[in-house]
Amino acid sequence: MAQEITLGQLRNWLILYADRIIAEEEQLTRLDTAIGDADHGVNMRRGMEKVRERLLDPENHYADVGTLFRSVAMTLISAVGGAAGPLYGTFFLRAATSPNSGSRVDLSQFTRMLRFGLDGLQQRGKAYVDDKTMVDAIQPAVEAMEAALASQQSWAVALAAAKQAARLGMEHTIEIRANKGRASYLGDRSIGHQDPGATSAYLLFETAVAALSTSAPLKVNGQEPAAASPRSVPTQAGKQKNTD
Amino acid sequence: MHSFVNKPGDPITRSLVGMAACYPDLLRVHFNPDFVQRAQPGRAGKVAVISGSGSGHEPLPTGYVGLGMLDAACPGPIFTSPTPDQLLAATHAVEQGAGVVYIVKNYAGAVFNSDICVEELSREDICVRKVLVHDDVAIPEKANRRGLGAAPLVMRIAGAAAEEGRSLEQVVAVSERAAENARSMGFATNIETLPRSLHALPLDDHTIELGVGIHGEPGVEQQVDGIIEIVQRLMQPIVDDLPYRSRDRVVLLVSGLGGTPPLELFLFFQHIHEFLQERGILVERCLVGNYLTSLGRGGCTVTLLRLDAELLGLWDAPVHTPTLHW
Ligand SMILES: Nc1ncnc2c1ncn2[C@@H]1O[C@H](COP(=O)(O)OP(=O)(O)OP(=O)(O)O)[C@@H](O)[C@H]1O
Ligand SMILES: [Mg+2]
Repeated sequence: MAQEITLGQLRNWLILYADRIIAEEEQLTRLDTAIGDADHGVNMRRGMEKVRERLLDPENHYADVGTLFRSVAMTLISAVGGAAGPLYGTFFLRAATSPNSGSRVDLSQFTRMLRFGLDGLQQRGKAYVDDKTMVDAIQPAVEAMEAALASQQSWAVALAAAKQAARLGMEHTIEIRANKGRASYLGDRSIGHQDPGATSAYLLFETAVAALSTSAPLKVNGQEPAAASPRSVPTQAGKQKNTD
Repeated sequence: MHSFVNKPGDPITRSLVGMAACYPDLLRVHFNPDFVQRAQPGRAGKVAVISGSGSGHEPLPTGYVGLGMLDAACPGPIFTSPTPDQLLAATHAVEQGAGVVYIVKNYAGAVFNSDICVEELSREDICVRKVLVHDDVAIPEKANRRGLGAAPLVMRIAGAAAEEGRSLEQVVAVSERAAENARSMGFATNIETLPRSLHALPLDDHTIELGVGIHGEPGVEQQVDGIIEIVQRLMQPIVDDLPYRSRDRVVLLVSGLGGTPPLELFLFFQHIHEFLQERGILVERCLVGNYLTSLGRGGCTVTLLRLDAELLGLWDAPVHTPTLHW
């Protein structure tokens, strides 16, 4: 039987991601200062703080993975504004429409969700690889997941490959000229700077390694609590897993 | 640079409250989600005109709410386009069944957020049309051009056409014609504008950034100053792009970015006016002052809008907003 992860693990992943975004706010804004308008960290923090708040609220129950992702999407769309809000929002909204099996997903379903999300993001933003956007991190990561899936790899191997691909994609944005978003206004002056959106997107895959690498315990528990001190614990977990 | 904008106490909200208190006859402000609408609703059956924009560009967009311009405006956080929630709430507050026009400056964020609204509202059978403003000739690729000073000018044309009782299609067509006939370019004298800005290299006293937008960003190139040269380097690309020809009639907008005193703006205006006169371009109407800004940045943007009889008629029709009134 294919290994599955639970709704609770996905929820923890998103909380972990929120923590990383909050910790990296200044760095993301610094990157956006060089080639944008100095708000990417502020925007992402505003959105992910709200997401975190909602996910930690014991009043909120999510029946299935689609509901969880749709809630994240609506929060981001409502709270962020700018380019990142509708782009990440559309990513999660479209991921939520992919067929999934309720409170657990296997690697194939999860990969499919990410592919759906990427397609939605590209329909919204019309950006392709090498335009110097978040697509430069997300697309190679999704492709790495698909390749790992095709060769029947484990969650851990697939996620590590995705993280590595996202990192390379993010780093590659330093070398290229922006064709989309604010950085494109700078023409060649955009070369030499890492794209802020690609950086926040890389963190999505970095935190996925930490939160999703081990498949679910046999007992179904969709609402297990988040780590007690998510601000520090996940960051360390993320570092320990950084073995690729 | 000292600034109160990033201090605690929700300065943007308070500023909006202040604005509404200053213009009680003109504006009503709503919070959560934030938008500003006319104190007196537009005539029944009128097409609604709405625009959103990040804060920090004042008087854009809130200062253009009123008769003959916007029915509602949505201010986002500093330099960040507003959310669909804001646009949707504003739309529901002012639309009257005759359709809605969104005046959208061509920035990724503004386009994506309004696209989400258009999709959402189509499910509610509310007809919304986007009019894109993309007048910045500093960006070579046309489809990618930023919206600059054409934004208030297109709002003016759209608002006047809607006030006349024209249909949605007609308002959109004439607004698009205004957008197609507008070109802009800007320069900045300093880089440091955002309190949170971490820009490494401030400009020295003799260097300007040419081809800047209104978000504190670097320009497409740097240039050593000299007013005649700056005006030449700004105006030639604008005039060549449409192109504006001898005997063309135009509206000329010279807008400060917020940190340049009126004395200097009129100085630039004089040079720009002369530049246009020398080429036989007829300046029919002009605006000089802070019409769209980049917080307290030094510098200005210049916009030309080529007029025909219809556009001039709409321009001259009554307008009553905090910023434009005649
Ligand atoms: N068309 C696009 N497709 C995909 N990603 C994009 C696109 N345009 C911009 N981006 C991403 O968005 C990031 C910037 O997000 P940010 O939150 O700073 O919004 P913004 O561009 O400042 O928004 P606004 O235009 O409202 O000011 C970029 O670094 C880039 O990765
Ligand atoms: Mg930005």
